Amino acid sequence: MEPILQLAPYTGWVYPNETVFEWSVLIAVYPYITGLVAGAFTVSSLYQVFGFQRLKPVAHLALLTSLSFMIFVPTPLLLHLGQPQRAFEATITPHLTSAMAMFGFFASFYVALLIIEGWFANRPFIVEQAQKRTDLLGKFYRLLTLGSYDVSEHAMRFDRKWIFALAVIGIPAAHGLHGYVGFMYGSVKAREWWSSDLMAVIFLFSAIISGVSLLAVLYVVSCKLRKIPVDLGCLKGLAYTIWAFIMVALVLEGLEFANIVYKGREGVDMIIQYVTGPLLIPYFILQFAIGAVTPLLWLSYMIWRGTTGKALVVGVTVCACLVLFSVFMMRWNVVIGGQEISKTGKGLLSYHLPFFGKEGALVAFLLTVAPLGLLYVLTRLFPPWEHEATSSSALHAG
Amino acid sequence: MKKDSKPSLAARREFLAKLGRAATCTGAVVGAAGALGVMQNVAAKTEAKSEGSSFPTKDYDWTKHQWAFGVDATKCIGCLRCVEACKRENNVMQDAHHFRTWVERYVYLEGEENARIDSQQDPVNIEASGSEKVFRFANRYKDAKVEKAFFVPKLCNHCTNPPCVQVCPVGACYRTKDGVVLIDDDYCIGCRYCVQACPYGARFFDEERNVSDKCTWCYHRITKGLQPACVEICPVGARVFGDRMDKESPISLFIRNNRVQVLKPETGNAPNVFYVGIDKEVN
Repeated sequence: MEPILQLAPYTGWVYPNETVFEWSVLIAVYPYITGLVAGAFTVSSLYQVFGFQRLKPVAHLALLTSLSFMIFVPTPLLLHLGQPQRAFEATITPHLTSAMAMFGFFASFYVALLIIEGWFANRPFIVEQAQKRTDLLGKFYRLLTLGSYDVSEHAMRFDRKWIFALAVIGIPAAHGLHGYVGFMYGSVKAREWWSSDLMAVIFLFSAIISGVSLLAVLYVVSCKLRKIPVDLGCLKGLAYTIWAFIMVALVLEGLEFANIVYKGREGVDMIIQYVTGPLLIPYFILQFAIGAVTPLLWLSYMIWRGTTGKALVVGVTVCACLVLFSVFMMRWNVVIGGQEISKTGKGLLSYHLPFFGKEGALVAFLLTVAPLGLLYVLTRLFPPWEHEATSSSALHAG
Repeated sequence: MKKDSKPSLAARREFLAKLGRAATCTGAVVGAAGALGVMQNVAAKTEAKSEGSSFPTKDYDWTKHQWAFGVDATKCIGCLRCVEACKRENNVMQDAHHFRTWVERYVYLEGEENARIDSQQDPVNIEASGSEKVFRFANRYKDAKVEKAFFVPKLCNHCTNPPCVQVCPVGACYRTKDGVVLIDDDYCIGCRYCVQACPYGARFFDEERNVSDKCTWCYHRITKGLQPACVEICPVGARVFGDRMDKESPISLFIRNNRVQVLKPETGNAPNVFYVGIDKEVN
């Protein structure tokens, strides 16, 4: 039997009620997953809306990835709630001044958008399967056609218009959703480590690099699984995207940190003590040095030298894994780090992550990888790499 | 027939265009007004107070009171009766990590720049009391040269612009008309956003009932004309409570006769617990 409380050891002076960590690792997993959703959608949009042709091989995969992760976004929150059976109260009777209250609406809207866009994108495949199959799965596809079997060029043009429109709406929706998650932390004035105007933008850019990195890894893995060669142009496109956004993310985080230090408000001594002490490894070494600067330099080197072939595949995949790790560390350092600095400004707490239990490392890990399971199922049902009918550029549809 | 219909069609089109323009203008005005309304509602300063004229009993009219709390830190002797009385009165979890009220001890030792601060939950103090159910301050500075020392009782500040109310996603946390911030236990979803948002550490999560909890100024007592438990038990009168609408109430006199201050005024929360005799390091 686990104790119900995870009491935090502390140094210095902390308020008596602070010795219980209220937001656990699950609340770090939540923005991480949301970020992956936004980032994956970015890739889809770069192709669907902005016509980045080299990202075509991952455009549909990006959409499915976004949907798979989005469906799991509420799970860490639900597991963390003291009264999960009342979760829908936030949607049914939202308290409009709360940054958290609108989450249900934003999330539902975005899930609906993803499903509709996914439906349009996969319609030719669904129709084909519905007509071909006679088994139970055939019934499933027939149900999914919603009675529309028209895949003529005229109908496809209509579909592409919708895909384009939904992708355009999806850009502010996906990024709004994640920027909003950043605002949830940035608007908490009680915590100096969170309370920043830049927080929402920082969340957004780290989200983009995490999602694009996830796509790069998934694409390479999927090619290996399907035993087909990796489209190096596509991988390079993803690498360029990571490279461009990682710089913005780094600059923003640097600015944020510089602001805290330079303004030197009350409690800054404790923050300095914290970042140069307990946070030295998770923040400077893991998040920045290993997770962000290393891939940035490595990617720069590969772009500069025009690396190609296996070296490019390995290089981009490793860099993408490092970025994924870095962004998780960023979420961790914000959510857990923010609570490790006492609101008194005169003490530090330390969070110990239990392995088992509802809010332990195991559950956090499973929740993070669970969407991949769903993604696997979805790629079997709606293969994102086979149907050519809708993959002609949507650029011309707009 | 066709010739006749052309002008009428054109007129209809023109009418529809006018209608469209009018609708657009109206939409824009309504939208702008709506946006303004939302902004006003979202801003912490204009937090709507709960409605209804009589609560919680028909004998009590919450529009006739405006409660406030005073702390005279120069009087507090750190006996911690208030902490124990509060725990018993309000069934607060019986351990050293959940408090609706607590007392802080500030000790300046000779030659030291900063105060040494502790509270009853400090492991040294818990060891001295021998239990997490009774609280004592350990005599830990008996061999040191103390330059200055004092106690500061703390509790929820029942802010006029409470950030906890602002962030609650379901409105389970609300401010009553008589100026008390309360939590609806039957509505709280246990997200703990309010715990994060309170800059004073006044809130905690009750793991037994799975809802947030904090000081209510003993709302069940004050609405019956009684004092909060901590005020009633304080042997030295360090805690003062009363109705600001009554100009002769203890709190009105306390605020009028002293130079009072509030904690963390820069947050804009406008606390309603007023302090006398605290030092620069108290926040």
